[in-house]
Amino acid sequence: MIRVILPPHLRTLAQVRGDLKLEVESPVTQRSVLDAIEARYPMLRGTIRDHVTQQRRPFLRFFACEEDLSHELPDAPLPDAVASGAEPFIVIGAIAGG
Amino acid sequence: MSKVRVLAGTRKGAFVLTSDGKREKWDVSGPHFAGWEIFHMKGSPVDPNRLYASQCSGWFGQVIQRSNDGGKTWEPVGNKFAYDGVPGTHQWYDGTPHPWEFKRVWHLEPSLTDPETVYAGVEDAAFFRSTDGGQNWQELSGLRGHGSGPKWQPGAGGMCLHTIILDPSDPQRIFIAISAAGAFRTDDAGKTWRPINQGLRSAQIPDPTAEVGHCVHHIAMHHSRPRVLFMQKHWDVMRSDDAGDSWKEVSGNLPTDFGFAIDVHAHEPETIYVVPIKSDGEHYPPDAKLRVYRSRTGGNEWEALTKGLPQQDCYVNVLRDAMAIDSLDKCGVYFGTTGGQVYASADAGDSWAPIVRDLPAVLSVEVQTLT
Repeated sequence: MIRVILPPHLRTLAQVRGDLKLEVESPVTQRSVLDAIEARYPMLRGTIRDHVTQQRRPFLRFFACEEDLSHELPDAPLPDAVASGAEPFIVIGAIAGG
Repeated sequence: MSKVRVLAGTRKGAFVLTSDGKREKWDVSGPHFAGWEIFHMKGSPVDPNRLYASQCSGWFGQVIQRSNDGGKTWEPVGNKFAYDGVPGTHQWYDGTPHPWEFKRVWHLEPSLTDPETVYAGVEDAAFFRSTDGGQNWQELSGLRGHGSGPKWQPGAGGMCLHTIILDPSDPQRIFIAISAAGAFRTDDAGKTWRPINQGLRSAQIPDPTAEVGHCVHHIAMHHSRPRVLFMQKHWDVMRSDDAGDSWKEVSGNLPTDFGFAIDVHAHEPETIYVVPIKSDGEHYPPDAKLRVYRSRTGGNEWEALTKGLPQQDCYVNVLRDAMAIDSLDKCGVYFGTTGGQVYASADAGDSWAPIVRDLPAVLSVEVQTLT
């Protein structure tokens, strides 16, 4: 079970509290996690990555295991601790815009 | 007893303001979508409880919200605005070709006849339609493809399609306006378009009378006379008596003819309202006095409406979609400011009072007259 922490605005939009808990087939990658999020919560489509280009939105970052994974390739495996659910995959809004 | 419902979109959320027909006491609901920019909200003319809202954020992009109960509850619907085919390019600030990139929805215009059909004006400028209540959006790409699209260039506020007017007498005819490209019209429900900017003169572009490139800020129409259009251009207040085929200036005795908002009285099609703003470099009222100007002659002769509005130390702006008029008798006039006030007049502009004073900056105001 993968754990995902969303920014508060996206939790409100998805009407969820706390971490998301998602089943994701191996290999666990950014793409497979985001696919699972969007499948379960279709209202989040387009809010984390662009509908058309599938690029991460510029002011969002992906953190896990105290590392910034934002620039990793979308199909690169995420750390084992994320895949096992020991550590969350964190979608975080950049400090920008005041 | 009649009621009115004012829909205020702000920099940090949506507010729904309701009152009875006297328009003296108001209930304030909100913020809905707290923390998000609400560029525009509008209700269906045929189902007033069906509302659409454009919710966006620099972090999370675009969301479209829909309400079926007049704004009490909302549900997110489709937010995929994909340009039709290969998007192509428009001009960038440095004159180089730049790919069309969707940024946000500036304006939502529900159909006059079908609550499930709604149009969206977006940045980078394009025209979209949904026929399933906002779930799916299709670009009517004849607008960008009509020929001048590659020459369009963004203004300081972005290359936004901000005005959509549906002709109540002809379902095939739609008017739109884009900053800083100009006004356009379709006579075949969006398949083909042509610029309608003849008579506009803009000193800020190399050819002041060019076919496209004018920074149109807003256009208004009275439903009883759909061939008569009133325009607030960057500078100049204009009118057309031939559905935009030609324009003439009607700025007359305005203290400044720069501004954003313009609207038409509900029952007097020659009575129009603007809010003069000092200049494009100083987005606040001249002499620090917030004055709505009303013309009862379709332009040229204007009177200042000041009763109840701040007449000193006022440095707010009134944005293009932040004025609306209800259809009661006397008609109510409403506008919102970047200082967070929403002002209402229940006597067609003769006197004013704030409904609320301390909202986030107001981006848009619409009003529904409910019976």
